[in-house]
Amino acid sequence: MIDIDIKKELYGSNGNMLLDVNLHINKNEFIAISGKSGSGKSTLLRVLAGLERADGKIVVDDEVWLDKSISLAPQKRRIGFVFQDYALFSNMTILDNLLFVKKDMELAKYLLDVTELSELKDRFPDSLSGGQKQRVSLCRALMNRPKLLLMDEPLSALDPTMRLKLQSEILTLHREFNITTIMVSHEPSEIYRLANRVVVLNFGKIINIGSPKDILLKTSGSQKFSFEGELLDIVRVDVIYIAIVAIGQQIVEIVISKEDKNRLKIGDTIRVSTKAFSPNIC
Amino acid sequence: MESLDFTPFWLSFKLASITTIILFTISLPLAWYLSESKSKIKPILEAITALPIVLPPSVLGFYILVGLSQNSPIGGFLKDSFNIELIFNFSGLVVASSIYSMPFMVQPLQSGFESLNRNMLEASYIAGKSKIVTIFRVALPNIKPALLTATIITFAHTVGEFGVVLMVGGNIPEQTKVASVAIYEMVETMDYTSAHIYSAIMVVISFIVLLLVYIFNNKKRFY
Repeated sequence: MIDIDIKKELYGSNGNMLLDVNLHINKNEFIAISGKSGSGKSTLLRVLAGLERADGKIVVDDEVWLDKSISLAPQKRRIGFVFQDYALFSNMTILDNLLFVKKDMELAKYLLDVTELSELKDRFPDSLSGGQKQRVSLCRALMNRPKLLLMDEPLSALDPTMRLKLQSEILTLHREFNITTIMVSHEPSEIYRLANRVVVLNFGKIINIGSPKDILLKTSGSQKFSFEGELLDIVRVDVIYIAIVAIGQQIVEIVISKEDKNRLKIGDTIRVSTKAFSPNIC
Repeated sequence: MESLDFTPFWLSFKLASITTIILFTISLPLAWYLSESKSKIKPILEAITALPIVLPPSVLGFYILVGLSQNSPIGGFLKDSFNIELIFNFSGLVVASSIYSMPFMVQPLQSGFESLNRNMLEASYIAGKSKIVTIFRVALPNIKPALLTATIITFAHTVGEFGVVLMVGGNIPEQTKVASVAIYEMVETMDYTSAHIYSAIMVVISFIVLLLVYIFNNKKRFY
C-alpha cells in the first residue's frame, strides 16, 4: 500500500508550476501515468525513487519514505527503475549488469530465460538492439525483488512489434513477482493492456483517475469511432478538398468542406469520428 | 664528452610518478564533487584549480617558495612540529609539482564524469550501491579515455616542468636536478652535446607517450 501526498515546485519548459499529487495505490496494482509532456510525470516517478526532493509525505507499507524530517535515500527504498534510455552499465556484460544489483545467479538466469536473453548474457550492452536493452533493464530492475517497480516510458523508443512482446513480458513479471508497478506511458493501447488504473496529469495536478476503460473509451456506448490525429496537409481535387491526416501509424484521406478548409490549419490536432455502422474486423 | 649521467631522468620520472599518484588521489573526489555540484562555490573552486595553467611558473614558484620557507606560518609550522623542510629538496618538488599539475588531472576527470549518463549512476544508487561503489564500479570504468588522458598528461606535464622546479628545488644533484633543469645547466655551461642528447631523449619519450594516448583514445571500443 502506497500513500503519496507530495508538492514540488517545478521550473520546466512550460514555465513554473506546482506538482501537487495526492494518490493512494493498493498492493499489486498496475498504475499508468499519462499526460502531456512537461506535466510532471517523470518528476513524480523520480520523487518516488528518491532521486529528487519534494515536500510532503510518501508512506509505503507503513514505512515512511518521505516526510518533514525523513527522506529515505534511493539506496534504501528497494525499488526497481526502468529508464527510457535503458541506462545500462556499459562497462559490464548483460549478466554482470544483473549481478551488480545482487549476486543472485539463480534469479538472474531465470529472468534472462523469461526474456529470452540467455544467449546474450556475455555480450556488452552496446551490441544489443533497443528492445533487447530494455529487457535487460527490466531484468536488472527486478534483481533486488523490489516492492515497487517504476518505469519511465519504457517502451516509447521501440517499434510496435517489440513493444507488444515487451508488454506481455512486463505483465508476466508484474504478476509473478507480486509487485506494485507505476508506469509512465503515452500509448492508449499499452495502458489498456497493462494497467488497472490510469492517472492523468496536467500541469502537475491529477485531472482524471480511473480504470483504463472509463478514461480511454471516450465514446463508450455511442457506437462511434473517434480518433485523434494531426492534420498534415489539405489538397484540392477538382471541386472538393481532401485533408491528409496522420492517425497513429496510419495516414488517411478525408473529404472536407470548404468551410472546414478555411477553419483548419496544417499541424492542428483534429478529431476524426464516424459511426461504427458495419465495420470490417480482421 | 663525459659519460652521460642519467640521474636527472630518473629523478624526473620518480617525481612525475609520485606526483601523479598523489594528484589522482586528491583530484578524484574533487573532480567528482565539481561534476555533481550546483553550489555557488563551484566556479570559485574551478577557477582556483585552473590557476596554474595561466600563471607564469615563476609566480607560482615564488609563492610556493615563500609559503614553504621556514619564515612563513606553514613552513615554520612544518619545521617546528614535524621537522619537515620542503624547499630545496625532493619532497618540496613533489608538493610544488602537485600544485602545478593539478588542473591537468582535475579537468579531464571532471569532464569525464560530466559526460556520463546521469541515469546510469542513478540506476546504481537505486540498486542499493553507495556513491563510493558507484564511482569505482560504474563511473570510472566508463570514463577510461578521460582517466588515461588525465594520468598521462599529468605525468608528462610534471616531467616537462621547469620554472617551478627551479624556483622551489634549485639545482642540487641527485636531489632536485631533474632533466629539464639539467638541460638548462648544460646550455649555461655550453655543453651542447649533452644538451642535444638530453633534449632528444625528452622529445622522443614525450612523443611516444602522447602517441599512445591518442591511439588508445581513438579506439571507440576500449573493453
